[in-house]
Amino acid sequence: MDKFLQLTITGLSMGMIYALVALGFVVIYKSSDVINFAQGEMLMFGAYLTFAFVVQFGLPWTIGVLLTLITAAFLGVLAETFVLRPLIGEPIISMIMATIGLSSVLRAIINAVWGPVPRQFPGFIPTDVIQIGGAAIGLDRLIAIGVALIFLVAFTLFFRYTREGIAMRAIADDQQAALSMGISIKRVFAIAWGIAGISAAVAGIILANIVGVSGDIGILGLRVFPVVILGGLDSIPGAIIGGIIIGLLEFYTGGYIGEGLNLIVPFIVLIVVLMVRPYGLFGKEIIERV
Amino acid sequence: MAFLELNNIEVIYNDVILVLKGLSLQAEQGQIVALLGANGAGKTTTLKAISGLLKPDDGEVTDGNILFEGEPIHHLPAEEIVRRGIFQVMEGRRVFEHLTVEENLLAGAYTRRDRQNIRPDMERVYTYFPRLRERRHQTAGYLSGGEQQMLAIGRALMARPTLMLLDEPSLGLAPLLVKEIFDIIVRINREEGTTILLVEQNARLALNVANYGYIMENGRIVLEGTPDELKNNADVKEFYLGLTAVGERKSYRNVKHYKRRKRWLQ
Repeated sequence: MDKFLQLTITGLSMGMIYALVALGFVVIYKSSDVINFAQGEMLMFGAYLTFAFVVQFGLPWTIGVLLTLITAAFLGVLAETFVLRPLIGEPIISMIMATIGLSSVLRAIINAVWGPVPRQFPGFIPTDVIQIGGAAIGLDRLIAIGVALIFLVAFTLFFRYTREGIAMRAIADDQQAALSMGISIKRVFAIAWGIAGISAAVAGIILANIVGVSGDIGILGLRVFPVVILGGLDSIPGAIIGGIIIGLLEFYTGGYIGEGLNLIVPFIVLIVVLMVRPYGLFGKEIIERV
Repeated sequence: MAFLELNNIEVIYNDVILVLKGLSLQAEQGQIVALLGANGAGKTTTLKAISGLLKPDDGEVTDGNILFEGEPIHHLPAEEIVRRGIFQVMEGRRVFEHLTVEENLLAGAYTRRDRQNIRPDMERVYTYFPRLRERRHQTAGYLSGGEQQMLAIGRALMARPTLMLLDEPSLGLAPLLVKEIFDIIVRINREEGTTILLVEQNARLALNVANYGYIMENGRIVLEGTPDELKNNADVKEFYLGLTAVGERKSYRNVKHYKRRKRWLQ
């Protein structure tokens, strides 16, 4: 039972990180049909930025994190403006290839600035271990769940109720009709990339706090594919729930069946989902009136 | 100076296909102007040229000019044109299917700067279309065709346009619903003072509500006049109203096997 609780909490915290990265992924796909292969590198960049602000510049962590989020949003918008906007109207595959290029460039910049040696992440999140019903649980895990939850709720409210959020969903539905109401497609794409930048950076900070800052954390970008396929590529609730399911699944298999298998399970899920329900659990259904 | 003025405009798609070949038309403020023509005449292209929506279709105005309130607008991006008061209701309704009715209306108000007036305006849309109020929280994709057309027009009203471009609002609707929609179009024109440029296949319907009409064919205006002049034109009767030259309903028992030549083509 204790083991179960412990696995659930750690799985949940990992799932929340997946959910955040998946959210950025979905937001970009939903508005522009582009699959962003640079999501993992954006996450890495967020972690390194916080490292730079807090450790290298010696800023208080609150300001460091705030600056990271602002820079990450700005970076997202920049990537959209200079890498993807010139390709609007070209085949989607060119845009997807451009994101792969972007991921290489980001990785190279990180390597050039911070080098390949893993760094110690500033420990501003307390790592005390607390006992819940006999299970030893790291406080940082609980904080990770809380922080991720706050951001996920905030993003969900943004999409549901704000002017720009409605505009984003309108563009996802019918781009030309959205254009006819004066919705600026460029602006919405830029906002989508900004949001993806922020959510990736938040995930990067939480993850780096657990495993440290290194080039390895960028791999998470690829491990998020099973999440978005499970939840549905164009569904924001799907990204969140898919993230949690995959996170839990990984830790349950790792804990009960065997270490190592946990890395494969998400991809087995991916294949099964593609065979049974290719648009995912919550993917957009085609509405047909009868 | 007319409210809206198209002077000899030429539109080319994909750099090669010439669709509008020197089209000119005018609309005075507060009027309903009908633009009639067969399939492929270029009616929708004309509307898209005005509203700036040619770009996604790879079309562009290559000659002539479009003046709205005396200012050229044919090089402005679509969002700027909407901000100036022109709103196109696209053919085939095009509601945002996965958004609710209310969210669709909010999307229509996207360019509005006066946020505090949006709620009252939404109420006004609901007085024009009471059925939309009942369904305000429903997903728009599950509305009936008529309700979707109402939503498309209501969504346009949310932008408070001074010129509304309506592209075949009767498309695919039952006759009774068509009448209901057209009554509301006339009411909007009277009560809001919105100038309306109406594209229709149903010539009789359009000429009954319009103040002025244009008939286009092959990318040009071939005939224009008041609805009465047009209704009494022999060619219009034959080709658009389905009447014989003397004004009787055509009987298909006596259908002529040769075609009447359109005079305006000479």
